[in-house]
Amino acid sequence: MPMTAIQSNRKPRGREPEALLEDIRKIYTMGSTEVHALAGVSVVFEHGSFWAILGTSGSGKSTLLNVLGCLDRPTSGRYLLQGRDISSLDDDALSEIRLRNIGFIFQSFNLIQQSTVEENIQLPLYYQGVDAESSSRRARKLAALVGLEDRLHHRPMELSGGQQQRVAIARSLANDPGLLLADEPTGNLDSKTSAEIMRLLCDLNEQGKTIIMVTHEPDIAAFAHKRLYMKDGAIERLEG
Amino acid sequence: MLLAKNMREIKLGIKSLMQHKLRSSLTMLGMVFGVGSVIAMLAVGEGASKQALEEIRKLGSNNIIITAQKPMDEQGQQKTRILMSIYGLLYEDVERIAQSFAHVLRVVPVKIIRKQGRLTERAMDMRILGTTPDWFKLVQRPLIAGRTLAPYDLENFSNVVVLTEYGARRLLATRSTLGQTIRLGSDYFEIIGIIQNESSQGGALQSPDQQIDAYIPINVAKANFGDVFTQSSAGSRTRELVELHQIIAEVDQTTNVESTAAGIEAMLERFHKKKDYVLSVPLALLRQAEATKRTFNIVLGSIAGISLLVGGIGIMNIMLASVTERTREIGIRRAIGAKRSQIVRQFLIETVVLSTTGGLIGIAIGLFIPWMITTVAKMPTVVTPSSLILSLGISMAIGIIFGIYPAVRAAALDPIIALRHE
Ligand SMILES: Nc1ncnc2c1ncn2[C@@H]1O[C@H](COP(=O)(O)OP(=O)(O)OP(=O)(O)O)[C@@H](O)[C@H]1O
Ligand SMILES: [Mg+2]
Repeated sequence: MPMTAIQSNRKPRGREPEALLEDIRKIYTMGSTEVHALAGVSVVFEHGSFWAILGTSGSGKSTLLNVLGCLDRPTSGRYLLQGRDISSLDDDALSEIRLRNIGFIFQSFNLIQQSTVEENIQLPLYYQGVDAESSSRRARKLAALVGLEDRLHHRPMELSGGQQQRVAIARSLANDPGLLLADEPTGNLDSKTSAEIMRLLCDLNEQGKTIIMVTHEPDIAAFAHKRLYMKDGAIERLEG
Repeated sequence: MLLAKNMREIKLGIKSLMQHKLRSSLTMLGMVFGVGSVIAMLAVGEGASKQALEEIRKLGSNNIIITAQKPMDEQGQQKTRILMSIYGLLYEDVERIAQSFAHVLRVVPVKIIRKQGRLTERAMDMRILGTTPDWFKLVQRPLIAGRTLAPYDLENFSNVVVLTEYGARRLLATRSTLGQTIRLGSDYFEIIGIIQNESSQGGALQSPDQQIDAYIPINVAKANFGDVFTQSSAGSRTRELVELHQIIAEVDQTTNVESTAAGIEAMLERFHKKKDYVLSVPLALLRQAEATKRTFNIVLGSIAGISLLVGGIGIMNIMLASVTERTREIGIRRAIGAKRSQIVRQFLIETVVLSTTGGLIGIAIGLFIPWMITTVAKMPTVVTPSSLILSLGISMAIGIIFGIYPAVRAAALDPIIALRHE
């Protein structure tokens, strides 16, 4: 059933956490050796919070974010997203959750190169079955929000890195998600552009989005309100 | 609503194909040539065999044609100056065949006479066929004007003649010539009708009425012109006594043709000391032609099948390459929330659009090539609807199967693995 307009998916909730992880493990078996990418992570991400995940390379940050984003399934453990247990859902159900409840921002932007800015922003709405006219309207609004209203018909190749990341952010907002996940969103950007992107994320957080962001850089992490340090697939410490 | 949604997906599919013009056209090329060559090949094969079959059918598939033939040993003895060679079919043979074989419906005797025909000022050497009214039942041709021979023409020994279209043209006779008198040899005949005859000469088989100018009652022919023919060629004169040049027997059912033919052959062998006749059974020729056609079709079909397969492999190749190239795109779409089935659907629509377009262009080429062959090389071609449906169906099936398989594979990947793809 296509929706004629975009409504907020977020129902008013009580003090329910945005995401709750209980003893999440992710084990890769490579021949005879086992890699514990996540070695029992338990953490609560409150609704409306802004987190930075830090840690050395290979400590399991991306794996954790992918589990949170329903892109990857943990080997074991329990994951409650907005109060709903999603540990045992099948591929289609996980796709549905990504489509309606989660916005994902990648280090390498992950835009479709052949499509225009407008088409890229509309993509989640297309899969939701929203009609062409209202999704186009929403795409324009989101492009304006990230300051790209005059680039709607450009292709990603014709944009700067910062502009591409703005397109990706606009796309991640198209489904009006409660949870925004960002894996090193400024990893490919210079410090000035990084600051702009971070201000955009801060604005979104102020508007009520829960944001979880992976980063290496302490000054980027400083924008977040809380920090989670990882080491060898486990939580080293929490800050803030 | 459903259609509107499909329309949107089809539009998106076309858009995506247009964004990869080279890849799309390469994929389509296999399709176009596969379908085009299959249709063209089958059209040429069908045309050739149809021509052969038609020629045979003109002879009548229920007919047995016995033709007089000068025996082999006499043909070589020209120098010994035989006064008169006597050979050929006999009036008695007609009676015998009519009476001995239950399945024979009618037997038509044929006597060929060469006489000069003169119509007003115009004179021509004519080949005149003496026969009975039944002839016109066996060799059915549209009547142009007047009537054909009737039983009472024979009863009354009437000097009447039916011109063939061919003969009429040579004598410059028209409809208005009906009722006029024509001189054949030294006798006068009334023209009572004009009938079409087989004029095409290119064929391998000679139709009984090919290059015949006129028909007259057989008893009149015998009475007026006798059975002895003098032929002068290259300075030497040969005299021949031939009662009948041809006998055509019509059998009631196709299934009885071959056994009756064998019976007639055995009977003639008994009564003719020399082998001075040949028996031809159009049905046997038809069977042979059909068998040839089948072999031909199998060969052509195999070649066509191979070209379709090659086209299909081409499609798969490019689709496989494109999916590898598009794995990242698939990963992005999956990460955003597209279901596996939606990805497969997207690729399916793209391949269907591509296959249909390619197939239609292929049909256009498949229609154009036979048309060219017919116009330029004057070769008959027949495009059968079944060849269109078959080639389009098979190539679309190949296109879709080979096109969808790589997409299914790519969609089955975990989104993060697909995303990592460079
Ligand atoms: N598909 C996989 N197969 C095997 N091992 C994997 C796979 N994906 C990740 N790993 C391993 O899991 C561990 C955590 O990887 P992850 O990508 O989460 O690290 P990260 O903290 O994001 O590192 P970086 O900062 O370099 O991005 C690493 O040791 C990695 O080698
Ligand atoms: Mg990482």
